[in-house]
Amino acid sequence: MEWLVFGPLAAVALATAVSVIVLRNPIYCALSLVGTFFALSGLYLLLQAQFIAVVQVIVYAGAIMVLFLFVIMLLDVGHEPPPWLRQDTPRLVLGIGLVTLLLLELAVAIGSWVSHGIRGSYTSDLVNAVGNTQLVGRLLFTDFLIPFEITSFILLIAIVGAMVLAKR
Amino acid sequence: MMPEPAFFVIMVAKIIVVFGLMVLSVAYLTWLERKVLGHIQVRLGPMRVGPHGLLQPFADVLKLMFKEDIVPQAADRVLYFLAPTLALIASFISFAVIPFGDRVRLFGRSIDLVITDVNIGLLFVFGVASLGIYGIVLGGWASNNKYALLGGLRSAAQMISYELSLGLSVVGVLMLSRSLSLVEIVNAQSQAWFIVLQPIGFLIFLICAVAETNRAPFDLPEAETELVAGFHVEYSSIKFAMYFMAEYANMITVSAMATTLFLGGWRGPFLPPVVWFLGKLFLFIFLFIWLRATLPRFRYDQLMRFGWKFLLPVALANIMITAAFVALR
Amino acid sequence: MTGTVPLNAYLILSAALFAIGVIGVLIRRNALIIFMAIELMLNAVNLSFVAFSRFLASMDGQIIVFFVMAVAAAEVALGLAIIIALYRNKESVDVDEINLLRG
Repeated sequence: MEWLVFGPLAAVALATAVSVIVLRNPIYCALSLVGTFFALSGLYLLLQAQFIAVVQVIVYAGAIMVLFLFVIMLLDVGHEPPPWLRQDTPRLVLGIGLVTLLLLELAVAIGSWVSHGIRGSYTSDLVNAVGNTQLVGRLLFTDFLIPFEITSFILLIAIVGAMVLAKR
Repeated sequence: MMPEPAFFVIMVAKIIVVFGLMVLSVAYLTWLERKVLGHIQVRLGPMRVGPHGLLQPFADVLKLMFKEDIVPQAADRVLYFLAPTLALIASFISFAVIPFGDRVRLFGRSIDLVITDVNIGLLFVFGVASLGIYGIVLGGWASNNKYALLGGLRSAAQMISYELSLGLSVVGVLMLSRSLSLVEIVNAQSQAWFIVLQPIGFLIFLICAVAETNRAPFDLPEAETELVAGFHVEYSSIKFAMYFMAEYANMITVSAMATTLFLGGWRGPFLPPVVWFLGKLFLFIFLFIWLRATLPRFRYDQLMRFGWKFLLPVALANIMITAAFVALR
Repeated sequence: MTGTVPLNAYLILSAALFAIGVIGVLIRRNALIIFMAIELMLNAVNLSFVAFSRFLASMDGQIIVFFVMAVAAAEVALGLAIIIALYRNKESVDVDEINLLRG
């Protein structure tokens, strides 16, 4: 059953991710990325992380990508010639070679990996009984209180910084 | 753990009923708006098609369907089609989690009068609502028209600005109800409606809801007098109708949200729950039309200043006060 | 085919998405698209965090993802502001032309 959900979502995620980096029109790239975010949000639902799934849609699709679209439209960025038509084959080959190496390394690592992780106490039954959002909220305000406060500080700095940069 | 087949039958039935009712009420909302606006301006509104113009929506639909569907030559064809579709889908989906009545017994089984009760219902509505921006921004961009682009950019800025205050205004409700499920939020209002406990939150929600639906006095994205018609200048025929339906469906959705969050949803004495729900919904929709007939449009700088320098701080103060209240209780 | 999807499936998907992001950064010249590829990499990592969180029955992964999202939002606000500032100076968002620091 789960495979029926996982398969299509994974396929969509991969296809849209590839189109982000190969399409020429930046608007289409941004929209493809929105597609990837939606597919990931679906996968989070499958992993019983409902809160993260919805926040993914609100933050990434609803705010971040709208900002991207806004900037693309504002700057009127022209189409870029596709990478394989540009005259810098050495860099292209080097880049793809390095990435292939990275992928191989990751494949070996995942293939030979045995979990030594300490299992926590948040089993799927508990999450269903208490609610994913409630659990995340409780942890944020107890164990992770200081990182949470620091995050708000980072956001404040970002707002001020963006204002300063844009005002010039 | 497969659900029984009856579950699917009931689910499909609920979806069809709610969707059909939404489409029908969107159609009649256009009639209602023209009628109410007419009477406010001391004229009669549509009178020709059917008694008191009651068949006017059908005439409108037929007319729009038979109009020529014009696509500007320099437009981006894919996005030009995708944008109104997105707007329409986003405006309809949020109704999936809004409860419109209590549990009823029908054919010997108990049925919840909500399509699905998810534990993140409120966030779901916000997530879907934030997608409505795409329809407008992309439509404005794909038309390849300066007025349309300006309208689209304006609406993006406006919706992002007011979404913040909209989100913050319901935090008070969340603290009181201790749940994100809309069914739970309605149940939490069995003692007192949240409009009594959260009057400031309610007002902020209402103002932001008007801004989010791009209705007067916040209808800058489609300001006729300065932007011709904003993001949908180039749209005609059925695509224009889709934008039009999306706007009215959004009105119904935010009215339903206001009802659910602040007016106790379907709760009320004597009358059946569904009647109460629809009655409160109608109240908000009438308010929307009334506002449009009464208030002039904001200027763009006024809109931004109001959103960021007034609504946002007030919403934050409201959260602080509610938090103190909840903590001390 | 058995019922549940194993952890490895999620990890492989996550690795593939991350690699696509890396390729994007390496082959594209448009600063905006490079930025999107970086977001893609962040999301690939988020996926493995959530997957681990589920399979180890721990909530910590989801909390980290929450923080990553907050930081990503801050990063986008700043990054886009920088790109706009660059565009004002150079009339371009091509990273090859942005070489102000090259002596």
